[in-house]
Amino acid sequence: MLPSDLKPEQFKNYPPEARKLATDYVAALQRLPLTFVASLLREVIDYDFKFPPERKAIEKELANLSSLSPEQTKEWFQGFAQISSSGKLEKLDWINSPAQFVEQLSAHLWSTHQLDAFRKAAIDYANRLQAAVPPEPPAAPRLGIAVIGQGAAAHDEPLFRKLRAHGGYFSQVNPEHGVETLLNAVAARAKAQPAPYAHWYIDGGQEMAHDPALTCVSYKALEPVRAILLRKMHGEIQKPGMGPETLRTLLAQMRPVDLGMAPSGDAVLDRFQVKLLTEGSGTQIFSTTFAQWAARETLRRAQPLTLLVRFAPRQRQQPMNELLSGIRSDAELDPAGSLVDADMGSYYTYLNQQRLTGAERSSFLVWFEGHNEAVAIGPALPRGTASSTPINLNQLLTWIS
Amino acid sequence: MAYSSSTRTEKLWAATAASSPRELARQLACNRREFLRTAAGLGLGSALLGPSAMAKAATTRKKRKVVVITFGGGARDQETFAPEGQENIPHLMRELIPQSAFFTQVVNRGILGHYVATASLVTGVYETFNNFAAVPPANPTVFEYFRKDLKRPRSDAWVVAPSNGFNRIGESSHPSYGVGTGATVILPKHLLTAALAGGSGDYEHLLRDNYETPFYAPELGGREFELQQLEMLLKLSVDDFKAHARTLSSPDELSVYIARQLMRQVAPSLLWITMHDIDIAHAGAYSLYIDGIRRTDRLCAEIWQAIQTEPEYAGNTTLFILPDFGRDSDEDSGGNGFQHHRTGDALSRTTWMMALGAGVRPGVVYDRATESTDLVPTLGSMLDFSASLAQGRPIPELL
Repeated sequence: MLPSDLKPEQFKNYPPEARKLATDYVAALQRLPLTFVASLLREVIDYDFKFPPERKAIEKELANLSSLSPEQTKEWFQGFAQISSSGKLEKLDWINSPAQFVEQLSAHLWSTHQLDAFRKAAIDYANRLQAAVPPEPPAAPRLGIAVIGQGAAAHDEPLFRKLRAHGGYFSQVNPEHGVETLLNAVAARAKAQPAPYAHWYIDGGQEMAHDPALTCVSYKALEPVRAILLRKMHGEIQKPGMGPETLRTLLAQMRPVDLGMAPSGDAVLDRFQVKLLTEGSGTQIFSTTFAQWAARETLRRAQPLTLLVRFAPRQRQQPMNELLSGIRSDAELDPAGSLVDADMGSYYTYLNQQRLTGAERSSFLVWFEGHNEAVAIGPALPRGTASSTPINLNQLLTWIS
Repeated sequence: MAYSSSTRTEKLWAATAASSPRELARQLACNRREFLRTAAGLGLGSALLGPSAMAKAATTRKKRKVVVITFGGGARDQETFAPEGQENIPHLMRELIPQSAFFTQVVNRGILGHYVATASLVTGVYETFNNFAAVPPANPTVFEYFRKDLKRPRSDAWVVAPSNGFNRIGESSHPSYGVGTGATVILPKHLLTAALAGGSGDYEHLLRDNYETPFYAPELGGREFELQQLEMLLKLSVDDFKAHARTLSSPDELSVYIARQLMRQVAPSLLWITMHDIDIAHAGAYSLYIDGIRRTDRLCAEIWQAIQTEPEYAGNTTLFILPDFGRDSDEDSGGNGFQHHRTGDALSRTTWMMALGAGVRPGVVYDRATESTDLVPTLGSMLDFSASLAQGRPIPELL
């Protein structure tokens, strides 16, 4: 089936708001090439569980597509139209299973050497869309905070090597009540600019007491969910004929209730958390990976005004000789390795924040928890500087805001 | 197939549109050349400069041996050749690169999954099969060309590979070649599983097959190197094998141990070693990725050392080291930096290759673009067999 054959009733299995949206714009969808429309429907079908900026972006994109003349549509999508599909792809149920279709399309693009052409078409389209429907600036300058190195005594190599060039390095930061100070600052921002899912606290371990105005995700709180997920994954891979593709499809279909989450919870947040575990690689095993990926996905999807991510020590990766000796050390942690992970994770968090609108006014702080080192980045702070003047975290936050 | 591509929303999220992939690849190559010129004092070569005539003459083709190492799952310049990464590869920088001809721009235009990409290296054709399926390459492998044209016995071509999925890489499904005409594939982790059968330990993590899909291991297919052959061919008792394995920290160390045993006892003329520890990067822990690079760096030097000390190899062996592909850049918002190789961006496609030993002019950097598929025709020209169905072309600087 091709998009030109689309009919409103074919969206009957979509969640209510997604169904209405797809039905309203079916005429626009009919004009799009298959290689594009399925990936758009993949977003639409999850509309009921999207964060506010994502919803707004989908609405604006559909409205824009609807406003294009036939000639404009042809021009906008000529890159996608030149991608050759296959009869097998066209037979897939891309309306009700767009994510699986996109996965198959991806394999098709790789194996037919069309990935570069697809990349170009996607980037061209994104640039056109951005020009036609510019993303909205944030309601206030964004602030990102990364707290790294919990439990690490020291480090062999210099910290923040990638971030120092972007701001000021401070070597005499007063660490007292540091995490509480930062959480208070984040809570104050949440109260000053209240909006759903706009202020986040992500913890790679046990979350600390925090203001309920913050949206909180923590590795510890998801422990029962992770345990159920790992059990299910182990169970599935024992089944005959099970392969990575099937496993991935099963994971993508998992709902919060399938993993023991209460049906009465926050449906949007619960879906988000499940996706962190089912779509993220390594998030089920390593807390540092979880924290980095959660921060990335929060920035990409929720586009928050404030994000505090606190990394915690991950479990130690056992070397082969220990495994062979039958030594089990699931509970043993690796603070030194986790500090290295989190140092890179904080850099990625900064990069991801700077991909959002308002980057020129955004600020970022990374602090080695319990220690004296930090890097602060903000519009008013000179880059590539270093200071050994005693300072506290509140002062740093004031300087970068 | 489960190859991930950047999603549409991630593309939309991209704030910057990069230059063309070709231009980025060229820039990467220039950067590598500068890194190496500064750090290792290498000179810039050209296609007119062939290998050292004296070195070539000294190596009779009858005795010529080749060892190929694929460099462990892909590593980026910023963790290797760039100034900030050189601390992770001290052996390559100080010992191997000064002795090597270094190719700064080896582009992989195929599928960036480890099994299918390694199969493409082995056949000289961009293979398109499912990366996670236990299938043989569709096109003839270098081992089949080598054995058929030079009438070599099975014992003269070996592959040491990390995981079950690689068990079919020794020979193709091509009707003119195929079963019985390729290399013997040895999977050290699988051997270890067999050796440990009935033991009390929990080796699930150790035997994890693939870092991209860590909970899944495909069924073994094809001809299997049996545990009993350990003693017969490698002169290694199961007890000694188990005891030594208990002293090693990673699967790649086990692979190198087996490879050295092979060199000592069987001395194959064509030996292919696939490293994989670096691919732990898929778990997202940067420190483990760095540990993997440092270990692979050390293991490459150990293999080179073995080549120089084993009488059957010393003086007549050419060693090739190359990644099957790279990893995603930090700048591509569709990926997640070092963790994966899913975007197909220039950084993940543009790798390098070093050749050292017999017939190679040392201390020279070559900038021009070559492709991953050029390796097999180059080996053909060096060893006097015809890789007739390969897509690539021999690299003249090595002939």
